Amino acid sequence: MAEYILLVADVENSGLLSKSSLEALSAAKRLVESIPASRFAVALVGEKVEAAMDQVATCGADRFLAVEGADFAQSRYGTDALAVEALVKAAQATVVVAPANSRWNRVLPGVAHRLNGRVDTHVTSFTIAGGNLEINRWYYRQRMEATLKRAQRPWVVLLESGFLAAWIGASGKAPIEKINPAITDSLRRTSAIGIKAPVSDQQTIRPEAELLFVAGAGWTKKQPDGQTHVPDAEKLILGFIRKTRSSLGSSKSLVDLGGEGQAILSFLSHLNQIGQTGATPRHAKGLSTCCHGEEPHTVGWRFISERRAINLDPNCGWARGKADVLYVADAFKVITLLNEMLK
Amino acid sequence: MTPGYQIVVCGSIVPDPLQTLEPQTTPAGPVLKSEMMLPMVLDPWASHALYEAAHLASKNAGSKVWLVSLAPKAKLQQVMMTVAQKVPFELFALDGSASGFTDAVETAAILAEAIQTIPALDRSRLLVFGGWESASRGSGSTMQIVGERLGILDQFQGVDQLTVQPDGAFEILERMEGGKHQISRCVAPPLLIGWATGNLPEPKNNPQVGMANMRGIMPAVQKAKPVKMPGEGMSFAQVSLPKQLRETKIVKDLPPEAIAKEIAAWLGNAH
Repeated sequence: MAEYILLVADVENSGLLSKSSLEALSAAKRLVESIPASRFAVALVGEKVEAAMDQVATCGADRFLAVEGADFAQSRYGTDALAVEALVKAAQATVVVAPANSRWNRVLPGVAHRLNGRVDTHVTSFTIAGGNLEINRWYYRQRMEATLKRAQRPWVVLLESGFLAAWIGASGKAPIEKINPAITDSLRRTSAIGIKAPVSDQQTIRPEAELLFVAGAGWTKKQPDGQTHVPDAEKLILGFIRKTRSSLGSSKSLVDLGGEGQAILSFLSHLNQIGQTGATPRHAKGLSTCCHGEEPHTVGWRFISERRAINLDPNCGWARGKADVLYVADAFKVITLLNEMLK
Repeated sequence: MTPGYQIVVCGSIVPDPLQTLEPQTTPAGPVLKSEMMLPMVLDPWASHALYEAAHLASKNAGSKVWLVSLAPKAKLQQVMMTVAQKVPFELFALDGSASGFTDAVETAAILAEAIQTIPALDRSRLLVFGGWESASRGSGSTMQIVGERLGILDQFQGVDQLTVQPDGAFEILERMEGGKHQISRCVAPPLLIGWATGNLPEPKNNPQVGMANMRGIMPAVQKAKPVKMPGEGMSFAQVSLPKQLRETKIVKDLPPEAIAKEIAAWLGNAH
């Protein structure tokens, strides 16, 4: 069945599109190429869209639709939902593709409902079977994988990053069609008043990093001298994170130790948590240290391509069968030496 | 104006995270093998939402918390024996599937309809809470649709903090990329919050709270309305477990210096 695909993306503070938006554009193009007689349009939302639209002017889209203005500079459910609803209606799209970022994960399920459509989030890939779109996504926190299709349209698909390479092409001059949905005061009851970010030297979550470093509860346990060495562990871990510009993940047990009155690594929060009740980040490489393997935690590195682990326990469930290499060693010693070697 | 908030928490049950799960195909679609035999818990994010709701209610006199839960009633009753001991709430039970393979649209329609039947619901005091995702479907889309059906357009997802300001407005911290939070201000209820983990520890069991809750929970479970979610228009081509096992190379008896060198080379970042 021919589809009309609409890529929905937001404009970054830089005025351009993010990598994940360009990946979603690649996905929209692949869909058009795979489903006969299909076409696609680009729809952007932001304070100013021209530079971002010109960035993708040569992507082959039929139309370049936009909702722009100060009301769309920041993510806000009411105004964003109205904007996308108007864009999908203007394009008469049957399939809406968007990057699965915090802005669109928040808004697009509600938009799908307004349009009497359906939504699938956290989509990791898609296939075309018999000319029809089928998507892949995970269930039960990355513990099983499903392939499914839907009869309803529009079908809103939020794509996780990492499925396709970001679209690259020449910039140009896009013929922008602006859509102006009517914003009422009732949609301005909420205002975005700022961003709270970790102070720069405490920044430990980097979704774009090549490496995920996973710190387990072992860092806070008694060492061979019978003492805990939490301040040393903090210094080592932060030193490694800074030198490698890697992203830091932790198991729930480590994050929760604070609630049990035990010593914790001061820079860890629930935002670092990976696994069953945390994130499942996507990085090319992963290095886990002092982690104990329980299924709820190990799903946290389901989408890490190359995995290595350092653990004193050769039977560690986190690593055996889950990592490519398990180093049976003291992570304190290895990371100390590693920090000295790293640039 | 009547003081306090009416806080409605949506939350269902999921298999205990330590259980091994296996999908099974049936004519009605995929299910978990031996699903009714699996030990269940209240979904972790819905739990956070419930604890945050109870905390907010305890700080604002005249507030009340409802838990609207869609699950097989026999399993729900078991889970409530534990949950009831945590914080005070009134249960609104719906007897239906808690499977992750149901469609968020259908689940949301049932939840929204149930919320609308809560007596004396006052939109000027209404806060709808839930988990931003679940440990079953994990879609992060049910709550938005519940909000849409209730006409609530001030919605927040991945929330870690909700603070009532002196003027009655709310300040909300929502998760965004890179470990950051967006800070928003919403002037007044109604609003909808999809909670991430928040900042509150799990409350300790309180037998007195448990006894008070159970007086309402048992009748609520008994009169739970049966509901169906046929998954209209959605068809699964396959559901499978991932190929989990890797051939792990176990490196023993290598000195730390050699390990560090090997890892540095792997990272491509050595001197």
